[in-house]
Amino acid sequence: MIKKKYLKYQQNETWREKLRTNIKNKERIGIHRVKMKELNPNYRSHNHNEVSLGLTLEQALLESKRCLDCSEPQCITGCPIKIDIPKFIKNIERNNILEAAKILRQASAFPAVCGRVCPQEKQCESKCIHLKIKKEPVAIGSLERFVADFERKNNSIFIPKIAKNNKIKIAVVGSGPAGLSFAKDMAQLGYQVTVFEALHEIGGVLKYGIPEFRLPNYIVDIEINILKKIGVQFLNNIIVGKTISYQDLHSENYKGIFVAGGAGFPHFMNIPGENLSGILSSNEYLTRINLMGANKKENDTPIIFGKKVAIIGGGNTAIDSGRTARRLGAKKAMIIYRRSIKEMPARIEEIKHAKEEGIIFMNFYSPIRYIGNEKGQVKQINLQKMKLGKLDSSGRKTPIVIPNETKILDVDMIIIAIGVSPNPIVPNFFKGLNISQLGTIIVNKDTLQTNIPDIYAGGDIVRGGATVILAMGDGRKAAFSMHRAFNIKN
Amino acid sequence: MMNKIIKKEILSENIVKLEIEAPLISKSRKAGHFVIVKLGTNGERIPLTIVNANTQSGTITIIVQNVGTSTKKICALNEGDEITDLVGPLGKATIISNFGTIIFACGGVGIAPMLPIVEAMKKAGNKVITILASKTKQLIILEKEIRKFSDKVIIMTNDGSYGIKGLVTNGIKIAIKKEKINLCITIGPAIMMKYVSILTKKYNIPTIASLNTIMVDGTGMCGACRVSVGGKIKFVCIDGPEFDAHKVNFDEMIARLNTYN
Repeated sequence: MIKKKYLKYQQNETWREKLRTNIKNKERIGIHRVKMKELNPNYRSHNHNEVSLGLTLEQALLESKRCLDCSEPQCITGCPIKIDIPKFIKNIERNNILEAAKILRQASAFPAVCGRVCPQEKQCESKCIHLKIKKEPVAIGSLERFVADFERKNNSIFIPKIAKNNKIKIAVVGSGPAGLSFAKDMAQLGYQVTVFEALHEIGGVLKYGIPEFRLPNYIVDIEINILKKIGVQFLNNIIVGKTISYQDLHSENYKGIFVAGGAGFPHFMNIPGENLSGILSSNEYLTRINLMGANKKENDTPIIFGKKVAIIGGGNTAIDSGRTARRLGAKKAMIIYRRSIKEMPARIEEIKHAKEEGIIFMNFYSPIRYIGNEKGQVKQINLQKMKLGKLDSSGRKTPIVIPNETKILDVDMIIIAIGVSPNPIVPNFFKGLNISQLGTIIVNKDTLQTNIPDIYAGGDIVRGGATVILAMGDGRKAAFSMHRAFNIKN
Repeated sequence: MMNKIIKKEILSENIVKLEIEAPLISKSRKAGHFVIVKLGTNGERIPLTIVNANTQSGTITIIVQNVGTSTKKICALNEGDEITDLVGPLGKATIISNFGTIIFACGGVGIAPMLPIVEAMKKAGNKVITILASKTKQLIILEKEIRKFSDKVIIMTNDGSYGIKGLVTNGIKIAIKKEKINLCITIGPAIMMKYVSILTKKYNIPTIASLNTIMVDGTGMCGACRVSVGGKIKFVCIDGPEFDAHKVNFDEMIARLNTYN
């Protein structure tokens, strides 16, 4: 992690001082925040092409000038993996994009991914000094993506240096963002890292969950290839706890285990009719499309092409499902959420994109029952009108029922996206591991170590359902604390 | 992982038996477990029960009936071919114990996943009565293997071409009349298991059904396999595949099985 003293030293380098004096802050503040180009909504809602097109070099150079290179940069404190944000942005300003990429890669296993899917508005950008003077924050996320894309397009992806192989074998359970981030840091520190993945594809939620139009799979594969280049070994189709046991890992001489199995277990509401044919979890729907390619003719996995689709939930996954349904030909894709649009956990940008693509937002409604036809297929949804009550423990207003206000809508498919909890396989099969009532693995918050000393855990299997970047942050944290533990031992 | 097919045997016109190299799975699997199989980059993930395993040769055996796109491709594989993706063992293993006298009610290709359970239950000291039921003589598979571990075998065919003419439920009635039954285990088409369950409920015989629902990942992620058991949502892949048959909502399960037909 970055020390203050080090930051200061970096900031005082002559090239940075020169940049700071070249342009006055007043002039920097006067520049308007860049707007990334996007595909036209009418066009994009019928295909799976990436919606946001990235910045041009000119746009990035101009945006980089907006950063004031503050003496105490708060943006870094908002970043779960502590990227040296001013340093990478100032390298853009002096048009040394590949150097900027190097700085990103020192901290991040996945700059091209984070630049696309991080909720920057809640993290780094929310701490930007521009906000204090009522201006829009520097577009840190867009700049991050620009740098990673530039590096890739110029075939000059920076391969991080790795320490001398220390012959210590480390196992990672799960190849999602937490596992990959951990694997990268450990490989760089000289460990022999093997990542075990239950599915046939490497990447976890980045592959099965996030749709192509938001995060193309080839972007994820490029980042995974970098890990392969620094010596990380990947074994797919292996379920730790089923195919191989904790004891097997020990007898194979693995000295440390990082459990990052994610939160893949979908929730249902347990209301009448929920098991009718045509009602899917968002996990099932998105996995069929994103991982199995069910929407393409050449693939064997089937999918329902719903015309009137209701999506239950208000998070990014609900929005992803709705936008996917539109792309698969839905005339009506309705997001049904029991609070107002303001309380929706989804990113503002994604809500905006969804609206542009014709997704209907039905706020203040909650399903109470599904009605089927004679074949057991869903044909209607019965909705309860809600209003907002008092604040609850999460700081949001509790939705309450408005009596006698219900309605019935015709539908032919329902996607349930109301949340996930940790996959029970791993916690159940590591005997003696401390598990919370919610099914999450209990860890020491500072070290991410579990009650079994050689097992660490992070990402959604510890947090429940959170974000890609928080999972990556956990991966880093666990890597450093496991490394520290090995150093103390030796 | 190579997953190479070591041996292929054609059991009937549309049913093949494959012995596949899978050392890790062969070591960790127990009776009742299944695997997920996927062929080629464009293949579908489908669940198939492990019929047998040989830890010495590091192989598992599966039996596949050609009933659709993916099973057709699997049946067409030959010795030496490889299965692109194979993962397991999945599901909960069967609880093996001495229950007394058990009826094993199998329909069609359901005979295959029942074989390891019959074997384990026999070895646990149970009296084993196995009912093999199918449409016609050619579809009665594994009779020799089943006989090895059964005290009694009743064969039923719809057309009367072999054994007694009738359904699996007729076979159960024959067995019930002769002695006290402590447990019934049934594997076969959903509609068959439904009627087995209705019958055994009438006679108060505890019954376990092994369900074969649609799955994608097979590890608890998608929920495609969910069924109502006693009014609660259960996932066949991680809570099952075996459930108290008298609590399973078979009509709902049948509707869900027809989702993509």
